[in-house]
Amino acid sequence: MTVFDEELQHLKEKLLKMGSLVEDAIKNSIHALVDRDNALAAKVIENDRIINTFDVEIDEESIRLIALKQPRAGDLRLITTAMKITTDLERMGDMAVNIAERALELNEEPILKPYIDIPKMSQIAQGMTRDALDAFVRKDKKLATDVIMRDDEVDDLKHDVLQELAFFMAQDPTTVFRAMKISFVATYLERIADHATNIAEMVIYLVEGKIIRHMLPPAEDK
Amino acid sequence: MTGQIELEAKNLNFYYSGNIHALKQVSFFAYKHNVTALIGPSGCGKTTLLRCFNRMHDLYPKNRYEGEIVFQGKNILSKDVDVINLRSRIGMVFQKPTPFPMTIFDNVAYGLKLKGINKRTELSERVEKALKNSAIWDEVKDKLNVSAYELSGGQQQRLVIARALAVEPEVLLFDEPTSALDPISTSKIEELLVQLKSKITIIIVTHNMQQAARISDFTGFVMLGELIEFDKTDKMFTAPSEKLTEEYITGRFG
Repeated sequence: MTVFDEELQHLKEKLLKMGSLVEDAIKNSIHALVDRDNALAAKVIENDRIINTFDVEIDEESIRLIALKQPRAGDLRLITTAMKITTDLERMGDMAVNIAERALELNEEPILKPYIDIPKMSQIAQGMTRDALDAFVRKDKKLATDVIMRDDEVDDLKHDVLQELAFFMAQDPTTVFRAMKISFVATYLERIADHATNIAEMVIYLVEGKIIRHMLPPAEDK
Repeated sequence: MTGQIELEAKNLNFYYSGNIHALKQVSFFAYKHNVTALIGPSGCGKTTLLRCFNRMHDLYPKNRYEGEIVFQGKNILSKDVDVINLRSRIGMVFQKPTPFPMTIFDNVAYGLKLKGINKRTELSERVEKALKNSAIWDEVKDKLNVSAYELSGGQQQRLVIARALAVEPEVLLFDEPTSALDPISTSKIEELLVQLKSKITIIIVTHNMQQAARISDFTGFVMLGELIEFDKTDKMFTAPSEKLTEEYITGRFG
């Protein structure tokens, strides 16, 4: 293994570490909501600083490699992909913080209804995140395509959640604030899945050298 | 970017004396007014290929070509081609600057005089034009009667390019033109090549892959006498199709 190969390996590992932090942040933010755990919500908000640090470090490392090693072909695609993935991961971390903040607010009030679809959305989004990063590390186009397909499930669930919440609000105006906050959470999860989809699309670029985003029929914004 | 093909090798085979098969079934073309780079490991045949384009190998009678090289509709490998005339239409610049032991002016005028141009005014005009086109005029205009050896390496190389340009070739072949030069002189030559392509077609052999990436429109990757891949330079350096190209370009060869 050359020094450069080791540096690329290090970059990949760093991205994976960041990915697992983001995955934890999503999982914990939803737990904080469902289990009404304020301490866990606070931890998610606190830990976002670490994710942000990773974002900056991965960018700096990538820029350094581009400047000093003049990467070409597959190496160039790997580094530029890493730079884009880190931006998506960082945004996903921010979404988890938003969820944690809504959890803190909702935990102050009585439970509106048991959470069923939101944890499902969260599970799918976490799975998409994990698989998108696995696909990145293994240069697995099939897995990346699979991640992209799963985005629809999250969109459908969000649609269901919003419908149900609209029903609550129409029935009883005292639920409006809580229902709005829960619908924000559903939207954040949907965004997280979109970012995972972006990562999967970058994996296809990494493998094939072809940029596929904006080529698929636009997903309906439900 | 693409367009008319200026020079095309068709199933070209080349044998050095002693039957060394140096080029194998190479099919390759260069678009008019583009820069085409040839890259590949040492001894792969890229310089051999370059030298076929102006019949440089004819200097050794036991060398042998097979196949065709078509230049403006004519096979330049055929026996009836006037090689001296061919080399003024397809010129060559080498690795190390090769100024002649004479003044700067006479270096550039040399090819013109060979062509029978002797009128002082015409010579002066064409020498000046060639020196301007090779971006060295400002540096030498006050010392045209000084020996070319007084110039720096980078200046000598631009002088040699001016000498090649003076006879108004259609194609210029460059064999590692900057490998003996410092980075500043190198970037001047690179800038010059990119400017020159509006007037001539350029084929360049280079060991410096970044140089190929910086200045060429098309790149051919040669290995063991075969052309492995030929494509637009941006494609070759971001997403080459062949695994061998990928390995060579990313420095993971063998």
